[in-house]
Amino acid sequence: MIVGEGFNAHTFANAFRFLWYDRSFVATKTLEHLELSAIAIGIAILIALPLGVWLGHIHRGSFLAINVSNLGRALPSLAVISVGLPAFGIGHTVVILALVVLAAPLILTNSFVGVDSVEPDVVESARGMGLTPFQVLARVELPLALPLVFAGIRTAAVYVVATATLAGVVGGGSLGDIIFNEPTYFLSGVVGAAMVVSLLASSAFFLFAGLQRLLTPRGLRYVDAAHVPEEEPPSVLEAAAA
Amino acid sequence: MIHIVAAGPVIPNYGTAHGCIANDNAMFCTTWIREHWHDTLEPALVQHVWLTAIAVGIGFAIAFAFALLAHRFGWLAPTFSAFSAFLYTIPSIALFQLLVPVTGITVTTIEIGLVGYTLLILFSNTLAGLRSVPPEVIEAARGMGLTQFQILRRVELPLAFPAISAGIRIGVVTTISLATVAAYITPYGLGKPIFDGLQINYRTEYVVAGLLAIALALVADGVLVIVQRRLTPWRRATA
Repeated sequence: MIVGEGFNAHTFANAFRFLWYDRSFVATKTLEHLELSAIAIGIAILIALPLGVWLGHIHRGSFLAINVSNLGRALPSLAVISVGLPAFGIGHTVVILALVVLAAPLILTNSFVGVDSVEPDVVESARGMGLTPFQVLARVELPLALPLVFAGIRTAAVYVVATATLAGVVGGGSLGDIIFNEPTYFLSGVVGAAMVVSLLASSAFFLFAGLQRLLTPRGLRYVDAAHVPEEEPPSVLEAAAA
Repeated sequence: MIHIVAAGPVIPNYGTAHGCIANDNAMFCTTWIREHWHDTLEPALVQHVWLTAIAVGIGFAIAFAFALLAHRFGWLAPTFSAFSAFLYTIPSIALFQLLVPVTGITVTTIEIGLVGYTLLILFSNTLAGLRSVPPEVIEAARGMGLTQFQILRRVELPLAFPAISAGIRIGVVTTISLATVAAYITPYGLGKPIFDGLQINYRTEYVVAGLLAIALALVADGVLVIVQRRLTPWRRATA
């Protein structure tokens, strides 16, 4: 790697200058970055959320939802990309694969634990009131599991947005194109692009936090999500690899 | 009489490279693996283990100290969490590049970055573990005449251990993953053969190095699970 410029007081000023003068290029890369992240988070939610909620509802498959999921979470993203490369070739597909591998276990474990750990008494009384199994799931278990489900999605989203940078290594198409190319864009470009990634990741966090507030029934808003089994400490503690 | 021997074409001698190394970019060239195990793969693997161990060791020492402080002084927890959560949104590769002008292309650069990323997990898990100790238990310990330090050492820490070790587990696999990326900047660890292989488009090198990184993460995770079970025999009865 070539160190294009020293790190000094001007680096951050130059970073903003880069973001401003090259704004259309930065905007293109930002949109690509967002697209890549959104596709990966979308796929991960589609796979992991229904599976985790369903397994939690029937109180089975804790091995899959926790242990296998832990294994998935352990996989280094760059290694997944390099091993998947011969099969998928250069391009977005292999990056999306690595991002889904990163995000899905978090969402799966959290939605499973969230639904699985709803108080049996509560479920029992809902059943006693004549709710069908589907109604129990939709009206009792899911609302109570929401904080944990969203904690999983939120953490996954932060990791996915930060890790989508790795697309810069294979085939490009994200802010990683700038961050992995210091010889061309200099340290100020790298810092500028990193600030955008950091901003996007934080925005993803707050977006899902806001969604959570909107989706939580008013009566539950004061309830603390404290009933989490100690084996799986809440939210960010369930962190994965970026 | 002068014999002029017709000179044949000069064939450069590139050594005795085997077929799959010289020209066939096959996915798995076992000969390459055998020939480069000792000069490329093994050192990278060993470096990777050390990079991870040092980062998690230092990260844990810092996070543990802060968690103990935050356990006493409540205001410290949100401050520290916010700082380390923010750190998580920064792509690791950018953080490493930012550190290069300050600390150079050295192991220090990698370690500063890696330690930073372990803090959030280790700190929150340690604190969550300490806070999960029921107040009655502490009350009882105090009633038995234990000092503050004895309560911490003999009651709170053992009860917090499962959460702490869960944090160490996640910290270790996260660090293994981030350390591969760090090799883009500094030539250490399994990321080195991955980036080298990608750069010269030599499949065997990046695929094998990637597989080694995956294997290392899975083995480390498995070993930590076993250690955790061994150290908490009282949990097996209920689990």
